Amino acid sequence: MDLVTPAVGQIFWAGTIFIILLFLLKKFAWKPMLTAVNEREESIKASIELAEKTKAEMEAMKAENEDLLKEARVERDKMIREASETSKKLIEEAKTEGKAQQNKIVAEAQRVINSEKAAAIAELKTQVASLSLEIAEKVIKGELASSDKQKALAEQIANDISLN
Amino acid sequence: MKKYARIILIGLALTTSVLSKASGNAHAEEEKPFDATSHAIHHALDAYEIHLTDNFSIPLPVILWTDNGLVTFMSSAFHHDDEGHLLVERNGMNFAKIHGKIYQVDAGAEHIAFDADNHPTNAHKVTLDFSLTKNVTTMFLVAILLLVIFIRSAKKYNGGKPVAPSGIARWTEPGIVFVQDIAKENIEGDKYKKFTPFLLTLFFFILFGNILGLIPFISNPNMTGSISVTLTLAVITFIIQMANSKGAFWSHILMPPGVPKALYIILVPIEIAGIFIKPAALTIRLFANITAGHIIVVSLISIIFVNKSAAWAGLSVPMTLFISVLELLVAFLQAYIFTMLAALYIGSSVEEAHH
Repeated sequence: MDLVTPAVGQIFWAGTIFIILLFLLKKFAWKPMLTAVNEREESIKASIELAEKTKAEMEAMKAENEDLLKEARVERDKMIREASETSKKLIEEAKTEGKAQQNKIVAEAQRVINSEKAAAIAELKTQVASLSLEIAEKVIKGELASSDKQKALAEQIANDISLN
Repeated sequence: MKKYARIILIGLALTTSVLSKASGNAHAEEEKPFDATSHAIHHALDAYEIHLTDNFSIPLPVILWTDNGLVTFMSSAFHHDDEGHLLVERNGMNFAKIHGKIYQVDAGAEHIAFDADNHPTNAHKVTLDFSLTKNVTTMFLVAILLLVIFIRSAKKYNGGKPVAPSGIARWTEPGIVFVQDIAKENIEGDKYKKFTPFLLTLFFFILFGNILGLIPFISNPNMTGSISVTLTLAVITFIIQMANSKGAFWSHILMPPGVPKALYIILVPIEIAGIFIKPAALTIRLFANITAGHIIVVSLISIIFVNKSAAWAGLSVPMTLFISVLELLVAFLQAYIFTMLAALYIGSSVEEAHH
């Protein structure tokens, strides 16, 4: 029966010790430990969340980068195409213009040549005319140096006239 | 492998400690047949000294509150007398120790007279006996151990920054998280935070008490196997439960939902009785489990002395070892069950009504 009979002393001491122990441990052990453990748990949770968020952000950034790269590539291709087209066009234009210029120059040259030619011919004609006049003068002078010759000429001319 | 070796060593040490004690007593009472029952019961009871070997026990202070005021003396004053032969005189009063209890002898009586049932006729038990008995000393030891271990653990977290547990905290933190999880599972919402310190203290007080009872050579104190201690713990749990009970708890008891009104007359008394049966069950479960373990170990060792042959050790020692290891499991299990049920009861009383 002693086993199942509660004893006043033990109940008193058990209650006192337990309650004092509860307050001391609560203040000096449980509170700091639980706070630390739970804070650490929170911080780990926050870190994991942050890491996941960062990962997602990185993923989004990567996708964005790829998009940008793709766009840039398209842009570059377009630019290259445009540039080549432009250059071709320019070359073509230059060619046509060159040809036109060339033709113009040639035409001008021809015109100048022609006009020069005409002028030269005209001058030649005048010179030839004056030369022939001089020559004719000289010849006439020589022919007419003596009366015989004048006579002969006159005769000749007269012959010619008569012939005509 | 090392772990197993240690367990076996502990088991052996435990058996030998009981063995030596039992053998000593057997020699002293050679003519009488060996009384295994009284040995086992005596071992499970509280005592006024810490009995280490037959020749050596640590005396403890006896503190009595009598009609004439406080009386204190060391238990060694009784000189191991347990039959009431020796009277200790203090403050003009005579005290005697009979079967592990202190009696105050009636004024004028020189010797204690016994009746046919071996009960003293001219002395009465001292009820207000606040002696620091074996169990009380064990409680103090447990309290000091808990304070040292957990305050040292708590110091490992100083610094504000979240740190991984180091040193002793590596051992204590899993236990603390374990108990916190018990609280979280059984007490709804954030209310568990209020009760976690109590549940932690409860769990480790019981666990350390249980384990101290298993350690050999310190006379295997049966602290958590004392019905006074388990009753106190259950009553504290009950007071906390009642002090925090909400309306929903009482409405469930006084007006059980989903039950026809006619059945209230049966159900309500049952529910009300249940409030008190729960702490009673807590008291008895822990007491019975721990005491049973102590009694079984002594009984198994007693096989040797009942049969008066050392050869029986071949049966008795392995069985004792098995029970000792089992008791190690029970030590954890009972601490867990007591804490879990305390959390469950508190959880049920703080629950808000939700329909």
